[in-house]
Amino acid sequence: MQEFEPKIVAFVCNWCTYAGADLTGTSRIKYSANVKIIRFPCTGRIDFMILMKAFENGADGIIVSGCHPNDCHYSTGNFHARRRWIVFRNLLNFTGIETDRIQFSWVSAAEGFKWADVVNNTVLKIKEMGPNENYKKIAVSTLFNEEGATHE
Amino acid sequence: MSELIKTVIQLLEDKTINVFIGYGKGTANRIRATFTRTAEQAELLIYNDACTQNLAGYLLKHEVKKLGKLGILANVAALRSMMQLASEFQIKDGEVLALFPNADGTFTEFTNFSSIEAYLETTDVGIKSGEQELITRLEAMSVKERWLFWNKEFEKCIKCYACRAACPMCYCHRCTTDVNIPQWIPVASHEIGNLDYHLMRAMHLAGRCVNCGECANACPMDIPLNLLTYQLIQPIQETFGATAGMKADAVYALSTYKPDDKENFII
Amino acid sequence: MEKELKILKYSDLPKLIERFRKQGYPVLAPVHKGKVVEIELVESLDAVALDVLLSTQSAKKVAFPKVEKVLDYTIGKTAVKQIPVNPEACLETILFGVRPCDASGFKSLDAIFGDTPKDELYLKKKEKTTIISFSCPTADEYCFCTSVGGGPGNTAGSDLQFTEISKDELLLEILTEKGAKLASIFAELLAEARKDIDKNKFLADVKVVFDVDSVVEKTTASFNNTDLWLEQSLRCIGCGACAFVCPTCACFDFQDEQNTKKGVRLRLWDSCGFSLFTLHTSGHNPREVQSQRWRQRIMHKFAYMPEQLKVVGCEGCGRCSRACPVDMNIKEHLTAIGEKVVV
Repeated sequence: MQEFEPKIVAFVCNWCTYAGADLTGTSRIKYSANVKIIRFPCTGRIDFMILMKAFENGADGIIVSGCHPNDCHYSTGNFHARRRWIVFRNLLNFTGIETDRIQFSWVSAAEGFKWADVVNNTVLKIKEMGPNENYKKIAVSTLFNEEGATHE
Repeated sequence: MSELIKTVIQLLEDKTINVFIGYGKGTANRIRATFTRTAEQAELLIYNDACTQNLAGYLLKHEVKKLGKLGILANVAALRSMMQLASEFQIKDGEVLALFPNADGTFTEFTNFSSIEAYLETTDVGIKSGEQELITRLEAMSVKERWLFWNKEFEKCIKCYACRAACPMCYCHRCTTDVNIPQWIPVASHEIGNLDYHLMRAMHLAGRCVNCGECANACPMDIPLNLLTYQLIQPIQETFGATAGMKADAVYALSTYKPDDKENFII
Repeated sequence: MEKELKILKYSDLPKLIERFRKQGYPVLAPVHKGKVVEIELVESLDAVALDVLLSTQSAKKVAFPKVEKVLDYTIGKTAVKQIPVNPEACLETILFGVRPCDASGFKSLDAIFGDTPKDELYLKKKEKTTIISFSCPTADEYCFCTSVGGGPGNTAGSDLQFTEISKDELLLEILTEKGAKLASIFAELLAEARKDIDKNKFLADVKVVFDVDSVVEKTTASFNNTDLWLEQSLRCIGCGACAFVCPTCACFDFQDEQNTKKGVRLRLWDSCGFSLFTLHTSGHNPREVQSQRWRQRIMHKFAYMPEQLKVVGCEGCGRCSRACPVDMNIKEHLTAIGEKVVV
């Protein structure tokens, strides 16, 4: 039986984590290929609704990562993001959505090794938790007709 | 004639206010909001234990504002809503005259924000024990059990938006749920559409909710919506030290920050 | 078809649902769900809430669901291929335990969806639904069915109607061919009805509070009566609760939901009470304020529908008023129009 390969979406800030992920690559550090990285100018721009959409569209896990506090490229973006995440996490937990499926981190442009660790550990954790069954059961795609139509 | 009616008639005669938002007798034993403009209408004003609706939601209704200077019978929830609306620049100081019902049957006139702030300092504004009990019970369940609980509740949701319409803080002319480029919140009342809407509403009210309970009262399908927004009040108070609806110049908890805000989940 | 009158023993009532289910019919009935009563699928009579005045929501969902797929589509390189849902692909369904106002409410929906172009998705579902109603032994202050041409024992729209004539017996009226076909499933449980049974003795007393023809005439003449609509709607907060629980409201919205390759088009309930209901792409909104939207609600039901579809768009069930968070009471509003408006 094929091992479950989780689909992870990572929402990262351009100036720190994205650059850090680049460094991971240029340093030839290998890490799990399960993650799709989406670049934002700043974690302050990441709306919680984007995270909800990721789950709805099939993500088993999410990583949200940005600059360390006090190092934000826009000075305060990550401070606002941090407050938002504290509140959102509380809400998700209360509603019964597994908050362990979302990994928040601060990864700087110099932390190539850390990025690999964050991804690898998240993938391991999600593998253990299994696919995001709650969302799969209610996904809008369950409404789609399975009859394929040919592409034109 | 009750003190309330006398006071309102006087205020109308002096032209201190042009319309008084208060309570009147509704169908059967219901109470409904009334908009008194004349002495004749004022005679129908009532106030009793059943008058619990937070009337502050009407302060921003266009057709009510057009009637002139507003007076309102404001319980604690409504006073707090006014403070929150004030902190969001939706009402100006001195624009609304609030009559607060004291426990002894008299009414206190609040004509400016500082008097309301002073009063609120002396009042218990916490979540009622019954509701806190429900929240505690839910928090004691496992994550899976909570998911099943909320899914079952949201199944009943018909997306009528009564919760949004009844909430004094939901005054956006174009609600996020109405934005269709992109369509953040699916309009349909399927599982995802309902879940997204309620999560979004709770987040947009985080730090702004004054626990008046109108959302749950308004819901025709009897979903305990207030628990979603109430549950966030405590963490926001504990972590950020912010309580909604206490000061007219408060800053919204999510549009400010402290460099040393504490959390335990960011690696 | 000539109406047939039979008697069924109350103790035999559970057998009906058992047999319906055995034959594979989905049975939808009022069900208690916490403090509300919803119309849901049931497996047996004990799940049915027969003791309630009426369900919180109407039964329209059986033919006009709150979310309905109308087509699937696949996004190709040069075109989008659409696969419409087949309206015939619905099951023969039984709606059980609803009230006369639920059954007669379908006449408004039939008129709207049966108008050109015909809405086969609704019509086919409705065609395949057999409605078994129970007449009303009680009513409350919100009910006004008798003022709009209905009544606690009204059989319009029902295929079969039960009336409790004692705690052991039910009078059964077999009203249509569809009803007769279904009744044949439990024919041997039925006895002939005694000729002297007066159904009216077992019905609630719902006093007529206004003359519907007069209210229709006065409503039709009131478009420009801005004061009337303003006074009535000051406390309305513009939610959709009234439209969604109403058995005759049929406004809908379409939404497409898709990923990059496939999608579905869904039809959903909508309400004329929403502020953005009439918002144009240009930004202009002809019904910018709530009083105009309230006017629309009343005039649609009591002016436009009578004029265009020859049917009054209200059954007097009172659901809107019970569900309304701010106690907008349509019976009161209509009575006021009848009393105050001068034509």
